[in-house]
Amino acid sequence: MEWEVVIGLEIHAQLSTTSKIFSGASTAYGAEPNTQACAVDLGLPGVLPVLNEKVVELAARFGLATHSTVAKRSVFARKNYFYPDLPKGYQISQFELPIVHEGYIDIDLDDDTTRRIGITRAHLEEDAGKSLHEGFVGETGIDLNRAGTPLLEIVSEPDMRSAKQAVAYMKKIHALVRYLDICDGNMQEGSFRCDANVSIRPKGQKEFGTRTEIKNINSFRFVERAINFEVERQIDVIEGGGKIVQETRLYDSDRDETRPMRSKEEANDYRYFPDPDLLPVILDDDFIESVRKTLPELPEAKRERFISEYGLSHRDAVVLTSSREMADYFERATETSGGEGKLAANWVSGELSGLLNREGIDIDASPVTAEQLGGLLKRISDNTISGKIAKQVFEAMCQGEGDADTVIEKKGLKQITDSGAIEKLVREVLDRNPKQVEQYRGGQEKLLGFFVGQVMKATQGKANPGEVNKILKQLLSGD
Amino acid sequence: MSLDQDTIRRIAHLARLGVDEAENATYARSLSDIFAFVEQLNAVDTTGIEPMAHPLDASQRLRPDVVTETNRREQFQKVAPRVDSGLYLVPRVIE
Amino acid sequence: MHQKSLSELAAGLRAGEFTSESLTSHFLDRIKRLDGELNSVVTLTEAQALQAAREADQRIAAGNAGPLTGIPFLHKDIFCTEGIRTSCGSRMLDNFEAPYDATVSEKLKQAGAVMLGKTNMDEFAMGSSNETSFYGPVKNPWDRERVPGGSSGGSAAAVAARLAPIATGTDTGGSIRQPAALCGITGLKPTYGRVSRYGMIAFASSLDQGGPFAGSAADAAVLLQAMAGFDPRDSTSLDRPVDDYTAGLEQDLDGLVIGLPKEFFDEGLDTEVRAVMEAAVDEYRKLGATVKEISLPNSGLSVPVYYVVAPAECSSNLSRMDGVRFGHRCENPKDLDDLYTRSRGEGFGAEVKRRIMIGTYALSAGYYDAYYLKAQQIRRLIRDDFVKAFEDVDVIMGPTSPTTAFKLGEKADDPVTMYLSDIYTIAVNLAGLPGMSIPAGLVNGLPVGLQLIGNYFEEGRLLNVAHRYQQVTDWHTQRPAGYA
Repeated sequence: MEWEVVIGLEIHAQLSTTSKIFSGASTAYGAEPNTQACAVDLGLPGVLPVLNEKVVELAARFGLATHSTVAKRSVFARKNYFYPDLPKGYQISQFELPIVHEGYIDIDLDDDTTRRIGITRAHLEEDAGKSLHEGFVGETGIDLNRAGTPLLEIVSEPDMRSAKQAVAYMKKIHALVRYLDICDGNMQEGSFRCDANVSIRPKGQKEFGTRTEIKNINSFRFVERAINFEVERQIDVIEGGGKIVQETRLYDSDRDETRPMRSKEEANDYRYFPDPDLLPVILDDDFIESVRKTLPELPEAKRERFISEYGLSHRDAVVLTSSREMADYFERATETSGGEGKLAANWVSGELSGLLNREGIDIDASPVTAEQLGGLLKRISDNTISGKIAKQVFEAMCQGEGDADTVIEKKGLKQITDSGAIEKLVREVLDRNPKQVEQYRGGQEKLLGFFVGQVMKATQGKANPGEVNKILKQLLSGD
Repeated sequence: MSLDQDTIRRIAHLARLGVDEAENATYARSLSDIFAFVEQLNAVDTTGIEPMAHPLDASQRLRPDVVTETNRREQFQKVAPRVDSGLYLVPRVIE
Repeated sequence: MHQKSLSELAAGLRAGEFTSESLTSHFLDRIKRLDGELNSVVTLTEAQALQAAREADQRIAAGNAGPLTGIPFLHKDIFCTEGIRTSCGSRMLDNFEAPYDATVSEKLKQAGAVMLGKTNMDEFAMGSSNETSFYGPVKNPWDRERVPGGSSGGSAAAVAARLAPIATGTDTGGSIRQPAALCGITGLKPTYGRVSRYGMIAFASSLDQGGPFAGSAADAAVLLQAMAGFDPRDSTSLDRPVDDYTAGLEQDLDGLVIGLPKEFFDEGLDTEVRAVMEAAVDEYRKLGATVKEISLPNSGLSVPVYYVVAPAECSSNLSRMDGVRFGHRCENPKDLDDLYTRSRGEGFGAEVKRRIMIGTYALSAGYYDAYYLKAQQIRRLIRDDFVKAFEDVDVIMGPTSPTTAFKLGEKADDPVTMYLSDIYTIAVNLAGLPGMSIPAGLVNGLPVGLQLIGNYFEEGRLLNVAHRYQQVTDWHTQRPAGYA
């Protein structure tokens, strides 16, 4: 039987605010346990929530960037359940009336096509605290510093058909929230994580199969692995004559498997109702328009501009706009290079990306700045060095040996462009290889490459390749 | 409207309330009475009536995104039944 | 000294006839001497009170005293008071020394008022008789075999017995007005949002409202003035200026239009209480008011609506009482579930558990629409009745309670009958309107309260209407025997 995979993601993006969603406590990461949990975060008797204006603005920004409706009226509701990291015994979230609903984004697939993924809704809610299981015998420690941190939960339609698409969607949302400056996207710190709803159905069937929900996946790699594992498991269960149970599962990255969560065994009845401590959030057109004005250039628009402004290929433009940081780097490098967009694109997506991948660092932390790379590209375009030599210079720049001009000067890598000097070298090469000259003249023209190589070798690659070619052809045909 | 003891057991568990068997029977009786009394609401036609969650038709006020709270862990944990190393302790949680 | 009005006390303090310290000692002595039987005070804060009194005396001497500076008061034990036990009448919070002050506590402190202690109340304000308190029932000073009403029974009994000149209360379904009526004092529930709920332990968030108890409307005006005001920490707080309640007291009632809802005078009302109402209305006619019969057709549904909405909100509000961060925790929990169910099972009393279960059920899957949503729709109908009525009348009057104070234990086993004691007060909370109860007579030696209901934000008008009545009658000066 051929199976179709159906995936929907719920992404939790921590909104970049300095204070919590309903209290004036700090959201800074990494503080001593419970030192950033104020009376409101602890749910002490009598305390009340007041909404942070920033979260409303950030959520609206997301809505506008995803072709969604930003609700004129949204309502906070209580989701009731008992858990030690949930101090009030309920989570303040949005249920029937979320702040953002019904939008979409397009993801880019490997075959250069795009796929539209629907966004059902994005709602505001407070994060829970953390349970620490190590260090206590038979007990769990509770740190409520994270309690009350603002989250935007972005719920997709079940529009993805493979783990790869799910990853592409998650990466796209990740890039987008960073473009929009609404979330730092730090997955190690849990600022960006997702739950995946996974089901399978026989290819061609309309109805969805029973789904399972994999909770709290915090890396792109794990999303792919967790979904693939879960798909295989579901196929095995069904093909073995079993039935999928709707349940919450946990992905164990150490064992690369998903397993049911014991704490969520009980069928939950969350008893949602509007939070009587909070009033409806009313947004008017003026507010929404003022937020629209703060939107930066979004990935799609940037991609189109890169293609028309710099003449980039679609593929290059997609890669370079995959993050705001990379796009900014590319544009700064292009500017310092004197407008060498295509060259810059090759270098950023080639040498630079290779380096960053090897070193496992972000573009922000690149040892070669955009301006330095631009300086290097300028020397390629003005023929000071060849592309090949440029790679050497780049290596040296990575090692911190200075900017391009310093390295070129210090190592004497300046290109030989003087045609007299080149002609002298060419003659020497021809004199040393009479047999090959005879063969060339006898019709074996592919030997031209051999002569070029000899000349380059003699100059350690510094001779201008165009000039070498020209002179070689002249001399070989002339005599 | 009558609530049986199983229903009381289920609600008590949802609300994490320890209720013994004798209490359970009493609650089954009194909750049945109360919901029977509440039943009269069903006679009212409420088609098209917006539910009223708040007495005043006001909208949510927003606070500026600034940190106003300082660390008061010591005072807060003075009233906590069980803490260690700044953490609140509960019996081991199994995920 | 304990029979003096607030203005007399403030004048005496300013004139140096007595100090706040001596005044405070006087009331502390009365509490120690007389409260043994009443059980209206659960925590006496003697040392802090005397200290605050001395500070008030300095402030008075320095000439920057306000109307409440140096005046002793009792505080309902639902308001958080930093460093002082805030029990809410529950075993759950018997060990809870609040680490912060409620906004109302803070405001009264700033006004220089001297807190004598915290008053007994129905557990988490759930009750109409003060019999659900973990600390035992409060007795009515008019007849100690009878209840003082609830949930603010301790505050009402204490003011009636002049253990304090004023006290705070909270009112979710009648918890200020009903005990004020049953104890023969003046009590006011402001418009929802007028008094900050921050630090006032929530029972039903969309209904709860703090307010004053006093011997007269004039005194209630002074206390309300100090309690009311916008609070940025409460999203439901009203962001509008507070009226000068004292300045408007003397306003003439000529032309005042009083509405009498026919639903408040039906067969459920005790005939003798009805007679008291009629006499009071006659008094108002003499003051220049005209009277109109009105109808609040949906008000009869207010009790069933309330017993869905309030328990639903409380079932969620009380979830934070889980034995983890504060409050009662059971011994040796064997696992997490055991920690929760046993801590809550032991910490909450029977009525609180009952209401949590009612609310949990009403919100649970499959029942939400039939109960909670339905109740909130009818709540709007109840509110709309009032809005319509206030197009024609200035103030609505009727009984506060269908009967005078009933015997301890009389209704304790029958929740529905108990819930019906609030039949005339609950609609006001559902609508969010201001309401007041003032003493208007005695039946068989027990006080009867007249309820005044005002339009939104018109607590000033209510105080004026009550004050004018109190100028021409003396029901509010009657004292229970033994507490004169």
